[in-house]
Amino acid sequence: MNESLQQERNDSASETSHAAEAHFVRFINVQKSYDGVELVVKGFDLDIHKGEFVTLLGPSGSGKTTCLMMMAGFETPTHGQILLKGEPINDLPPHKRGIGMVFQNYALFPHMSVAENLAFPLEVRRLSKAEIKRKVARALAMVRLENFGDRRPAQLSGGQQQRVALARALVFEPELVLMDEPLGALDKNLREEMQYEIKRIHAELGVSMIYVTHDQTEALTMSDRIAVFNDGVVQQLAAPETLYEAPENAFVANFIGENNRLYGEVTEMIGDKCQVRLDSGETVLAKPVAAGGIGARTTLSLRPERVDIAASGAEASFDNRFRAEVREVIYLGDHLRTRVSVCGTDEFILKTPNAKHYASLRPGQSVDIGWSSSDCRALDA
Amino acid sequence: MSDSPASPLTTADGVPLKVSLRRAVRRSKIKAFLLVSPLLLFLVVAFVMPIFEMLWRSVDNPEVSTHLSRTVEALEGWDRESLPGEEVFAALAEDLREGQQARNLGLLSSRLNYEKSGMRSTITRTARGLGTLEPPYREALIELNDTWGELDTWKLIQREASPLTISYYLAAVDRQLTPDGEIVRAPESQRLHVTLFWRTLWMSLVITVLTLLLGYPVAFLLASLPLRYSNLLMILVLLPFWTSLLVRTTTWIAILQSQGVLNDLMVAVGVIADEARWQMIHNKTGTIIAMTHILLPFMILPLYSVMKTIPPSYMRAARSLGGRPFLCFRRVYFPLTIPGIAAGGILVFILSIGYYITPALVGGQSGRFITNYIAYHMQTSLNWGLAAAIASILLFVVVVFYLVFNRLIGVDKVKLG
Ligand SMILES: Nc1ncnc2c1ncn2[C@@H]1O[C@H](COP(=O)(O)OP(=O)(O)OP(=O)(O)O)[C@@H](O)[C@H]1O
Ligand SMILES: [Mg+2]
Repeated sequence: MNESLQQERNDSASETSHAAEAHFVRFINVQKSYDGVELVVKGFDLDIHKGEFVTLLGPSGSGKTTCLMMMAGFETPTHGQILLKGEPINDLPPHKRGIGMVFQNYALFPHMSVAENLAFPLEVRRLSKAEIKRKVARALAMVRLENFGDRRPAQLSGGQQQRVALARALVFEPELVLMDEPLGALDKNLREEMQYEIKRIHAELGVSMIYVTHDQTEALTMSDRIAVFNDGVVQQLAAPETLYEAPENAFVANFIGENNRLYGEVTEMIGDKCQVRLDSGETVLAKPVAAGGIGARTTLSLRPERVDIAASGAEASFDNRFRAEVREVIYLGDHLRTRVSVCGTDEFILKTPNAKHYASLRPGQSVDIGWSSSDCRALDA
Repeated sequence: MSDSPASPLTTADGVPLKVSLRRAVRRSKIKAFLLVSPLLLFLVVAFVMPIFEMLWRSVDNPEVSTHLSRTVEALEGWDRESLPGEEVFAALAEDLREGQQARNLGLLSSRLNYEKSGMRSTITRTARGLGTLEPPYREALIELNDTWGELDTWKLIQREASPLTISYYLAAVDRQLTPDGEIVRAPESQRLHVTLFWRTLWMSLVITVLTLLLGYPVAFLLASLPLRYSNLLMILVLLPFWTSLLVRTTTWIAILQSQGVLNDLMVAVGVIADEARWQMIHNKTGTIIAMTHILLPFMILPLYSVMKTIPPSYMRAARSLGGRPFLCFRRVYFPLTIPGIAAGGILVFILSIGYYITPALVGGQSGRFITNYIAYHMQTSLNWGLAAAIASILLFVVVVFYLVFNRLIGVDKVKLG
């Protein structure tokens, strides 16, 4: 069943030009202001390939929904252009864009049954009765709700409603689907199940998806690429691993995963490393990523799992070593979170595996800790 | 469970659980009852009792049986073929004499006059001549007023001796009883109420439809504009509520009358000639215009409260699924507003069926409602029985509409403000 749907898609996809494959959706310097005073979206650039799963991730109020609404046609950009398959769509009304959309509260029509909800986009496209029936059945099968066609949305659980909303956004075979925090209202288990489901459908159908969330785990597990959003600007657009391993600025480093921060000033450039004098006086070697030149202030970003204690045997490769005092040890089963005082901060976190030689750490004890300069990224202040 | 005899559950101090629960619940019930009792009392005194009073009055028929009690008794066993005998006339003379002394013949004479015109003067004149009346009364009374020599008069008295009557209801639907008890239509010249009932119904329907057409877009704007603007609009909608009904109605007179603002304007612009000014007031047009305006908020507010609960994402979803704006409205938005339409519709319709003051002021002769005749019978003709019968029929119509509506839409779906 799903194979045939995929087949149809591939057929239509092969007709589009190669250029459209690479630049399926483009935001070119898009700006948006609601009140003419404040820019909610500032110079937004995004380039999405066909079949890609791109997530817009960012804190509340950062303009994610606004971008999605501009894509769908419910808000007009104040400046800039949005291209779909190379065509500017700024003046195209929403119903002519052929973009599927899943809303945060699902927006299932309460006065229609599930099957009628799914039939709606097909009816407005004037498909024949038989074909509508076939496609509705197929879409229901895709989200595993074959026997729920006659129910009203109110008679479904949250997860089931979510599936129906997904099926409705896909039933008319759009090439692009937008989702605005579709899992926001679900509990944790259901979320994980639905994340998997959405990924499965994405892989099966090969549609492009733009997904909005402020849950970073969700973004990391689902996306091909993530656009980290803050303050109306894309801070970094990259694959999940890159975002985590190589954040380009302090905001991204903080927003994705846990992160130790040290503040200081760049004093010297040594080959591909730089020397930073911290505000507390210590000198640290780091990898310059987004730090200015010598004399510029910088934020050092260091993942807790990249810091180790000297007794572990790995210290040979560490070009940064400090003496720290253990403040707190939190036992988390497979690993330990140790909070230490070092380099002028009390909030320095170490994440260490629960192996024998780490188990002896006690609050008040002094330990030698260290990290490699290549894991310590000097970012903007 | 707790009622098993072996071990009844008890609270800590040994009182059985059921008893103490009942006690606790009773206390909160009494408290709740005390809280609503002022309103309940008010409703019973000001609403329920008057309704029963009205229903009672519409069938109550005490006049003949109390004021002509001897006559009625004497008429028992009368053959209805020939004039009754001397004892009946004697009883009549006795009754009338007593009635005259007590000065309560008025009620009797008007009651009989409703059924047979001329009865009022017959009784008044007879009562006046009673002083010199000598037996045999039969000849003397017929001598005094020959109405007493008619069989129909006695049939009427006998019929109206019953303590309950349907003749008010018959009169309310332009019917009457013949002396022999058949129901026939009233003479052409006296038919009035049925036409008025129908006029009230269809004009109320027109008013309801007009308020819907005018109110729907306003309610939509109210529900979808940003708060700043919608508050302002809401004030404009509510403004009429804060203005006296009389002021609003008389303003319409000033605007619509033939020397009024609108006509003057149209003459000045040249749309109509000075001699051909439009008659827009003191007729049906006036009633419809003024009532539509006055009842508009009652349509807008329920619509608004329903529209307010429809998230904009429904329409967005419909648009994103490929529906043209109008189609989305028809298939998605409109069906969701039906509870509001129903609530506003039934509210405006029922209010307008029972509206009195505006049709009275701007309705002229042709734009009057049935309610204006209820008032007429209460204040001018003093036929309270007929007024009560018409009002009861109106109440019945409203209840029927309500039940049909409940059947079709379901009152529980309705949201008012
Ligand atoms: N219709 C509107 N009119 C005026 N301002 C708006 C409107 N919609 C959003 N905003 C403002 O634009 C900014 C961005 O809003 P947006 O809804 O895009 O944020 P978001 O990233 O989706 O946040 P969240 O994660 O909370 O959904 C916010 O400051 C918000 O107050
Ligand atoms: Mg949002």
